[in-house]
Amino acid sequence: MSRSLRWVVLGVGVAGIGVVLLLAFLGMPDFGSTHHPYRDLAVPAAVRHGTANVVSSVNFDQRAIDTLGEETILFGSVLAVAALLRPADDEEQQQDPGSRVPLQATRLFGYVLMPLTLVVGIDIVVHGHVTPGGGFQGGVVLATGLHLLYVAGRYRSMERLRPMPLVEVSEAAGTAAFAALGFAGIGVTGSFLANVLPPGSFGQLFSAGAVPLFNVAVGLAVASGCVVMLAKFFEQVFLVRNEGDGR
Amino acid sequence: MNIYAYIVAGVLVVLGGVGIARSRDLVHAIVCLSVSQSGTYVLLLAIGFQQGAAAPVFGSTSKPTKNVVDPVVQAMTLTDIVVSATVTALLLALAIQIAKTHGTVDPDELTALEG
Amino acid sequence: MTVLIAIALTLVLAGGVAVVFSRDPQRQAVTLSVYGMLMTLLFFLLAAPDVALSQVVVGTVLVPLMVMLAIRKIRGHR
Repeated sequence: MSRSLRWVVLGVGVAGIGVVLLLAFLGMPDFGSTHHPYRDLAVPAAVRHGTANVVSSVNFDQRAIDTLGEETILFGSVLAVAALLRPADDEEQQQDPGSRVPLQATRLFGYVLMPLTLVVGIDIVVHGHVTPGGGFQGGVVLATGLHLLYVAGRYRSMERLRPMPLVEVSEAAGTAAFAALGFAGIGVTGSFLANVLPPGSFGQLFSAGAVPLFNVAVGLAVASGCVVMLAKFFEQVFLVRNEGDGR
Repeated sequence: MNIYAYIVAGVLVVLGGVGIARSRDLVHAIVCLSVSQSGTYVLLLAIGFQQGAAAPVFGSTSKPTKNVVDPVVQAMTLTDIVVSATVTALLLALAIQIAKTHGTVDPDELTALEG
Repeated sequence: MTVLIAIALTLVLAGGVAVVFSRDPQRQAVTLSVYGMLMTLLFFLLAAPDVALSQVVVGTVLVPLMVMLAIRKIRGHR
């Protein structure tokens, strides 16, 4: 198929999709309208279970089965990245990437901001049922906060702070904890992923039943998964070399 | 003017598709896929928006009320953002392996399915 | 539809066009980071703090970092 013919096909496709989308948008309710049936059902259910953050309640209490599916996708993707970026037969993995020294200002920023970011990440995970936040957001903050050490210093220091066997085990542990909480729901009430702990008082740390536990499990799994993914990419760039090749 | 948000979302989705079709570099195509995904996030949030309503988080200063935006679409969107980042990582890992085995990441030159 | 939301939508559209039409993937990673920040602003204006928090971490840091690492690895093989 020649290139100009490809452009014509693309143009026809874009025009077709554009017409269909425009017809759909003209038939939708107005932007900013007051007709939201899902909200009218979800918000009272969240308040009944004592969860101040309704989005966390929807994610981990009312539709926890969807979150289990998403976490499985995340686990599978991390597994696939780790499998794809293994050193092949004709490649070897060095031990020392060599060092470069960044600016003093960068090092100061990195060393000061890294513990702050880690604490903020843990706070976002643990308070996910009270303030905006949760396991997914806090997990990614934790994973990227760890890499501030790479920005501030050397790759070797970050490697020492991040023992790979422990990170890999904790990712599996987070995903398994989510499923185990689901089975605990079966054991107590007979339905998978039911909210089994008492609701508690609205807006406190110990409220919303099992949602904080779900948040911690997801935060652990997401943080460890992202650290594993980034570690494989870093290893490929810095450590893996083709045998007999200078690059 | 009331459907401007939906139109922006639709344009972003189609723009990402056009970017993938005309790209000469697999990494460029992967980033355009990311733009297309973000168009769907804008569409989801625009559907759930209510003019003058608060965020769906209650606390000591905002008592539980029904005048909030739709929390269900927000729950869908936020897990989607994190998970599609990991799928983007998977696609980038595939691109790295293609560069290693075939020496090029130009889609026009990757014509044969070799063993 | 307030003026602020309309401006944010237009900025997001412009950012999307900039990301799709930058040729070099290395430049595209930085543009993608700015686009992530514009999306965060839009999500915040649409009363979605959870989603904005998710987008600011993923779209500004995680994805551009991985894109830059992939480009660095691929360019080394040319």
